[in-house]
Amino acid sequence: MNDPIAIARDRILAPAGLTELDLDRLLGHLTNSAIDAADIYFQYSRLQSWVLEDGILKDGNFSIEQGAGLRAVSGEKTGFAYSDELHFPALAQAASAARAIARGGQEGKVRVGTAMVERQLYEPLDPIASLPDQDKVALLQRVDLEARRADPRVREVTASLVAVQDTVLVLADDGTLAADIRPLVRLNVSVIVEDKGRREQGSSGGGARADLGYFLVEDRALGFAREAVRLALTNLDAVEAPAGTMTVVLGAGWPGVLLHEAIGHGLEGDFNRKGSSAFSGRIGERVAARGVTVVDDGTLPGRRGSLNMDDEGTITQNTVLIEDGILRGYMQDKLNARLTGGLSTGNGRRESYAHLPMPRMTNTYMRPGDRDPEEIIASVEKGLYAVNFGGGQVDITSGKFVFSASEAYLIENGRIGRPVKGATLIGNGPDVLTRVSLIGNDLKLDEGVGTCGKEGQSVPVGVGQPTLRIDSLTVGGTSQS
Amino acid sequence: MPILTTEDTAERLARLQQIIDDLLKEAKRQGASDAEASVGGSAGLEVAVRLGEVETVEHTRDNGLGVTVYFGHRKGSASTSDLSPGAVRDAVRAACAIAEHTQDDPCAHLAEAELMATEIPDLDLCHPWLVDVEQAIELAVACEDAARAFDPRIVNSEGASLSTHLGINVAGNSRGFLCGYPTTRHSLNCAVIGQDGDMMQRDYWWTTARAASDLDSARSVGERAAERTVSRLGACRLGTREAPVLFRAEVAAGLLRSLVSAITGSSIYRRSSFLLDHLGERIFPAFVRIHEEPRLLRGLSSAPYDGDGVATRAKDLVRDGVLQTYILDTYSGCRLGLPTTGNAGGVRNLRIEMGELDRAGLMREMGTGLLVTELMGHGVNAVTGDYSRGAAGFWIENGEIQYPVEEITIAGNLKKMFAGLVAVGNDCDFPGGTRTGSWLIDRMTIAGE
Repeated sequence: MNDPIAIARDRILAPAGLTELDLDRLLGHLTNSAIDAADIYFQYSRLQSWVLEDGILKDGNFSIEQGAGLRAVSGEKTGFAYSDELHFPALAQAASAARAIARGGQEGKVRVGTAMVERQLYEPLDPIASLPDQDKVALLQRVDLEARRADPRVREVTASLVAVQDTVLVLADDGTLAADIRPLVRLNVSVIVEDKGRREQGSSGGGARADLGYFLVEDRALGFAREAVRLALTNLDAVEAPAGTMTVVLGAGWPGVLLHEAIGHGLEGDFNRKGSSAFSGRIGERVAARGVTVVDDGTLPGRRGSLNMDDEGTITQNTVLIEDGILRGYMQDKLNARLTGGLSTGNGRRESYAHLPMPRMTNTYMRPGDRDPEEIIASVEKGLYAVNFGGGQVDITSGKFVFSASEAYLIENGRIGRPVKGATLIGNGPDVLTRVSLIGNDLKLDEGVGTCGKEGQSVPVGVGQPTLRIDSLTVGGTSQS
Repeated sequence: MPILTTEDTAERLARLQQIIDDLLKEAKRQGASDAEASVGGSAGLEVAVRLGEVETVEHTRDNGLGVTVYFGHRKGSASTSDLSPGAVRDAVRAACAIAEHTQDDPCAHLAEAELMATEIPDLDLCHPWLVDVEQAIELAVACEDAARAFDPRIVNSEGASLSTHLGINVAGNSRGFLCGYPTTRHSLNCAVIGQDGDMMQRDYWWTTARAASDLDSARSVGERAAERTVSRLGACRLGTREAPVLFRAEVAAGLLRSLVSAITGSSIYRRSSFLLDHLGERIFPAFVRIHEEPRLLRGLSSAPYDGDGVATRAKDLVRDGVLQTYILDTYSGCRLGLPTTGNAGGVRNLRIEMGELDRAGLMREMGTGLLVTELMGHGVNAVTGDYSRGAAGFWIENGEIQYPVEEITIAGNLKKMFAGLVAVGNDCDFPGGTRTGSWLIDRMTIAGE
């Protein structure tokens, strides 16, 4: 059985005794003459996690969450209620509560539509069952051994493995009936190294919408262990980071968190409808240097940020945000698209049935240029080369954003010099990309570790970029020399 | 959907206790030597308005159950949002299945029975607010109106929102502990946007309390949000320099949180804290006392017992500048060879003893330096204490605000910053369980133009 709708019916609706007729009635309950749009989001989510610490597999957890979120929209007003009980009376009560947002005439008559999304960026598999439990334990033990074997200075190793299977079913009064079976796996390694009284930490990891076999391919899991140790050892030698505004070269891949913070959030449709973003009303304007093209692409096979459909049942897209430096478009969900006269770009996402959808990113990256990354570093007389980052944050109204480097080096006379301690970089979203002067030919996407938070809701995302030279960016170190 | 009222809670409490009781029996039946579990349910209403109109009305209703089983020193856990008997049995089974694969950990066990809370004081944490949707909308609109009317430069709004929640949590374990109690929490938030020329700034304010009568007025919340927003207009950058930094009270609370995270047992036994081996050492100047008051009446973080069922108690974390204790639960205490401090789940109602100076006094004491009112990003290295974060605030000269500043970073090391604490103000003026005034730190690096 590979049809997501059939799977979702079987997993969610059948155990609750919900029939086709019940769904029609629920959607009808949600609508009246004053309701513009209504939808129901059913979710059944299973998660299994394992944690290894001190060389022993210490803890594991299995959790199941299920429920339905019911939404009724009238103009800019949204009524929302959810229930973790899926029997008809509980859902009907939620529907009435949500519909109370607008007083209108008689209840609507709605027929649930027919399926539409036919795409498979990932298989509807169960990653939890993809590997026997003892093999998951053994994998984490090998990761632990690999990290300890890599260097005698490794003191502590923590490794975790998470597998999730999310089943969602969306029906809406616009005829949407769509389902998606979403696997998601993640492995993380964190180490503490100690040498001559100095301690440093390093972490690495990755993930995908795949089964757990993903971590066994090409020695991937052990590679994360070695990478965590390398990072920690590098930081053992780190000197004070510079303070001030300077030329910064950002490495390929995860440093694309720059794009996510500096421009991504500012281009989400809700902020632009409300006029609260520093990018509001700037479509068609130059916001980046020539050669800079940034897209949000939910259609990459197997990526952590990818989705066959978004949480409103809209098929995901590859949306051009900035084309050759010119602002081209925003990311939209159904509500914001309707209110601004556009179409959803398949960016309507929610953390769970208990949260309202809103415009969110998927995989956000910059297309490659034509420069050799070594040539880019060689072009800098004095500056910073930042290759690994922790998280970031943005104030979308003022446009100010930060992202924190966890692995960085000084560049002196075109050469990579000593590693420096972690430092926060700060800039202004609407103009930072105008200072991009060289774009590498080495586009890389991150390893699949990104989680984005907005208004208290977390969703998995991806980022990526080629090596970039930014002519001036403020580096928050402590050394003023 | 009606908000739960106090009349419902006794019945609901009994039902949840029954679920835990049944679950513990089921765990024994499935062979576990010990088990612990907690179950909770909450119901709430959240209303958001924007530009005077309703934006969202959300009815929330959450259930959750978590169980941990022990087979000797092996453990496994499971959780579910479905509280039906079948789902609870499945959760126990899933936890037992996990425990088949975990390994012996000598510290994996329940707290000693004699440490479990027996007397459960009523901490006055439950004050249901029978506000209906219309009244909630009215209050949120009044709050946003006050903000929009405050200054003509307030040109746009992210809106105001009001929320009220009533929750019941019951916890129990196989050593005879079984307790539960209801709590409420109500909040009102407002965020508005100001404009001056091309520049837009946004800021917010909020109030939160266990009882609606303890909330600040809608008007004062709105006006404060607007005042904060307007004060940021015209912000410029600073040149890179070293200077004293005054952390305004609500951002100083973040420094207290960094302290807590560095002295939490799991950070210590994982050797991932810059305060490793600092127990009994001076980490602040001698005037500093930091303490925890977990049983404050109506306290926003109050709890009579911790996540292990151990009674909470008031204690000094730092006295005369000296670190008095780590923050331990049963597990991390065992790892470090120390008794639990009743802090499973964290620190509750953290406070620092406040000094004599108000905010103006602190600014005069600083003379010239940076008043930080907002921090961005997560640039704190817990292992080394290295600190580097985005900041916004005001440049101060001769003890007076000169102009707002933004797009700068402040950097230093938490160990040095703690040692370099010059004064703590008496200007605690933000809501929440943590109480502190503003902190004046002697010197940090500011990076800017």
